[in-house]
Amino acid sequence: MNFQTRKNYYGDIPEEKGSGSIVSSDAKTDWPLWEIFIRSKQGLDHKHVGSLHAADAQMAIENARDVYTRRLEGVSIWVVESKHVHASNPDEAKSFYEPAEDKVYRHPTFYDLPDEVKHM
Amino acid sequence: MKDLINYTLHLADDALILGHRDSEWCGHGPVLEQDIAITNISLDLIGQARNFYQYAAQLINETVNDPKKIATEDTLAYLRDNRDFKNCLLVEQPNGDWAKTILRQFFFSTFQYYLYGQLQNGNDEQIAAIAEKSLTEVTYHVRWSSEWVIRLGDGTEESCHRMRNAIDELWMYTGELFSVAGYESKVVTQRIPVDMALIRAEWEKKVEEIFNEATLTAPIGVFMQTGGKEGNHTEHLGYILADLQFMQRAYPKSEW
Repeated sequence: MNFQTRKNYYGDIPEEKGSGSIVSSDAKTDWPLWEIFIRSKQGLDHKHVGSLHAADAQMAIENARDVYTRRLEGVSIWVVESKHVHASNPDEAKSFYEPAEDKVYRHPTFYDLPDEVKHM
Repeated sequence: MKDLINYTLHLADDALILGHRDSEWCGHGPVLEQDIAITNISLDLIGQARNFYQYAAQLINETVNDPKKIATEDTLAYLRDNRDFKNCLLVEQPNGDWAKTILRQFFFSTFQYYLYGQLQNGNDEQIAAIAEKSLTEVTYHVRWSSEWVIRLGDGTEESCHRMRNAIDELWMYTGELFSVAGYESKVVTQRIPVDMALIRAEWEKKVEEIFNEATLTAPIGVFMQTGGKEGNHTEHLGYILADLQFMQRAYPKSEW
């Protein structure tokens, strides 16, 4: 048995394998991993809720229905095979996100909203 | 009235016993996702059983004056004996492998789908309401189990082999689904008209359709086992009831 372990940050998916944190030698016979997105209400957007294994898209949708919508969480399900998700590299976090930290003027807080404008 | 009570108990027992069988997979499913799927179905069925038992208890209590003989959903599920159970033989058959479990589910859910479809338009308001509410659940059970029958039947050599074995083991119990028990005949001809011949035709059509897609064939000329609906069960029901009823029998009225 040749186990290769890898630490992933939450929400980051290794691009080359796309099947979780442990890649074992018999990974080829396992069902692929799918990322699940659920829309909780009409008009809202789909939100990532987790991942699961399934043999194909059809089974992934049914599994998602059983695993993630048992308590009335959703009205619509999207599934995407995890290997098709490309993630940013946590090692580059500094150059990616830190430059935005001292640029408060990018937030729309420097003017007054009229009362008539809702949902801002 | 007695016939209607027995018919309601029959509907409840079918759902409870299959729900119990499915619940035996809890923690043992082939993969986590399917473990959750089969236990969801189990809970759906036990929920249906509760609704039917509650209605049966209400009907029984209308005819009972002795407060000691008051029925509840619990007394009906936990304190009736083997011969009083009116479930068909199919639902009490052991789980076997995954192929047998999903085939049993497919046969039964497909039957339930067409039966509830008729019951929801029947004259008995309570049964119609339970059937209507349950139909959305059953629709999903049919979809889920059909997918699996196709997946395994049209899958690898081994999965197809297991599906064929499951058909050999279960086909003999499918005839009873459409038989009419003594207490049932008056109920389904007068009180709640149910066209069993139509249900049978629809069931056979659906099974043929899914089997075709799964590259499976239905056996012909198999002798059909019957008796469950009249209380004559296979040896398996006794073990189910021992599991299910032990606590209430050993510690009457215990609660937690």
